[in-house]
Amino acid sequence: MDFSIASILMLDGVTNGAIYALLGLATVLVFTVTRIIFIPQGEFVAYGALTLAMLQTGKVPGTVWLLFILAVVAALMEGVARWRHNGQFGSALRAAFKTLVFPVLVAGLAIWAAPQQLPMGIQAVLSVAIVTAFGPLVYRVAYQSLESATPLVLLIVSVGVHFAMTGLGLLFFGAEGFRNPSFWDQRFPLGPVTVSGQMVIIFAVSLALIVMLWLYFERSLRGKALRATAVNRTGARLMGISSHSAGQLTFLLAALIGALSGLLIGPTTTVYYDSGFLIGLKGFVAAVIGGLASYPGALLGALFVGIVEAFGAFWASAFKEVIVFTLILPVLLARSLRGGHSDEDH
Amino acid sequence: MKFTKTLLTLAIATLASSAALADIKVGVSLALTGPGSGLGIPMQKQLSLFPKTVGGEKVELIILDDASDPGKAAANARRFVTEDKVDVIFGSCLTPTSSAITPIAFEAKTAQISGAPTPPQGEKESIVFRLPQGFDVMSHAVVEHMKKNGVKTVGFLGYADGYGQGWLANMGPLMEKAGMKMVEAERFARTDTSVTPQALKLTAANPDAILVVASGSGAAMPQLALAERGYKGKIYQTHAAATPDLMRIGGKTVEGTFVVSGPALLGDQLADNHPSKKQALNFVANFEKAFGANSRNQFAGHSYDFQITMEKVIPMALKKAKPGTAEFRAAMRDSLETMGRTVFAHGVMNWTAKDHDGYTMETGVMTKVVDGKFKVE
Repeated sequence: MDFSIASILMLDGVTNGAIYALLGLATVLVFTVTRIIFIPQGEFVAYGALTLAMLQTGKVPGTVWLLFILAVVAALMEGVARWRHNGQFGSALRAAFKTLVFPVLVAGLAIWAAPQQLPMGIQAVLSVAIVTAFGPLVYRVAYQSLESATPLVLLIVSVGVHFAMTGLGLLFFGAEGFRNPSFWDQRFPLGPVTVSGQMVIIFAVSLALIVMLWLYFERSLRGKALRATAVNRTGARLMGISSHSAGQLTFLLAALIGALSGLLIGPTTTVYYDSGFLIGLKGFVAAVIGGLASYPGALLGALFVGIVEAFGAFWASAFKEVIVFTLILPVLLARSLRGGHSDEDH
Repeated sequence: MKFTKTLLTLAIATLASSAALADIKVGVSLALTGPGSGLGIPMQKQLSLFPKTVGGEKVELIILDDASDPGKAAANARRFVTEDKVDVIFGSCLTPTSSAITPIAFEAKTAQISGAPTPPQGEKESIVFRLPQGFDVMSHAVVEHMKKNGVKTVGFLGYADGYGQGWLANMGPLMEKAGMKMVEAERFARTDTSVTPQALKLTAANPDAILVVASGSGAAMPQLALAERGYKGKIYQTHAAATPDLMRIGGKTVEGTFVVSGPALLGDQLADNHPSKKQALNFVANFEKAFGANSRNQFAGHSYDFQITMEKVIPMALKKAKPGTAEFRAAMRDSLETMGRTVFAHGVMNWTAKDHDGYTMETGVMTKVVDGKFKVE
């Protein structure tokens, strides 16, 4: 190993690490606000990349139909819940309409746009919109009625949602993988390494997203409301912050981050319907290194995971995943020794 | 659409299974979901073209999904032999799932026709017959081609699973005999986000040729990474990569790649005296008529060969016993061993009591990717 090999590996590791960082941040966000360990986070990555791949071929992605169905189910649930709550038909209808409007608009737009062969930038935005619309619906349908359940129950629901989403992914996209065209083909020689345009985009988008999330939580009222919910749910509810809308907003952000990550890695690797799981799991390892609570911790953890993965693959490619996932053991050990005893459910 | 068809076939198969009694029953276990679905789905598509009757008897296929999971495959096999009392089992399409079926088939004395290469099964070998070309046959074709082209050093970049391991184990002795050296062996997984580190190590070793062992659309990724790192040597791919997905993902980069393949997909290019030419052409024509141009797939070819086998074996067994009886099952197994030289789309098969792999060493056809198409070398 010489300097040039080491620097190429570093670059490769940091590039993947940037994606894991985004997913790690989403995992931390979802866990702190809703106490859900969101295993299907990675599925949004695959959905994002593959929805774009489908749009590229001029077909209506299967995700659009799923979006329709989920939106109708969620709207029905919302309407019935509201009607039971206050018995007013008009208010129930309004609630259902509110749930329905964004997903249906996006889905309709996608059906119109799919055969038009629009420029890739617009297709990318559309893919992100489709996948982002899934977030609140998944929360409404799978989690909202279990909001006060223990993290263990929520984890089990997550496993179920993961299997459902992977299975549907196979149905929509087929068993073979897709590789999206690069957004930017430029290459920059930089000493021993060559930085591709796609890498620049990955870094820029990751960084921008992290800064925007930070601004959102620090500066905006809704972001602060989410933080309040994360600190203390009951207290936040007493202050008039709806835990329903906090949960849906969180999932919206998680789906947005997932879809963007999917677009970012789409051109650098072949994405399959089930690729998301492993990527999401590495994001999860990163989040665990950050204690499932700290954003900077997750960020550093993600870069660490990416670099370990790159060097692990270089030295012992057959044991790459073993190396990455074994990382979690010393971290958990150190955390439990240092942190001592904590409540079962907090 | 594909899924609706799958569901329909499954529904029809289940309905039919309760309706008919005296027909010939075939238990089919394939990976229709899970990581192996890229193999199982095309195989199942070809089975939808399976004739309704063979040798004057109705044939009923009971198709179950094993989800690429050995446990599920074993459960399916158990159902086939106890509940459905099938006359023969076809499946599965992956090495681990197929191996899980063999002990149950052996116990029930029901012949198993495997859609995946599996290692030798000891005493249970008598019950399992394999349709795909084994690692040895294909490795032979690869090593011969390397020898002819003056390759001295070889790198290996393959799946970290049974498929990769099978190739590695078979290539070693053959290469040694041919005086070649394996300089570096690296692994990766289909869903990896990057194979740059492995490519880096292989390019540093700079062998004359690199063998990529991967399947379908997963085969292009390592090759793109090797090109990115400036590797200029020859690249070989295995028969699991011999699908249009290699070019769909790999584009210009995979031009000039050598891909070893069965003859099934290459009907139009085979020499007129090649024994498999007619069957290969027939298979591709019918498959593409049903599923669209360029949908040809080598795994579907194994299902086609299964059909040829049944059309030959069932009339033989019918002479000896009635379907649904233990005698008929035994007759089916014996007929598989004695059916003799049979021309498949994938080569010439001759299963004997001693050899349940059956293909001759000449089965592997070396092709080269030229202008986005496989051209026979």
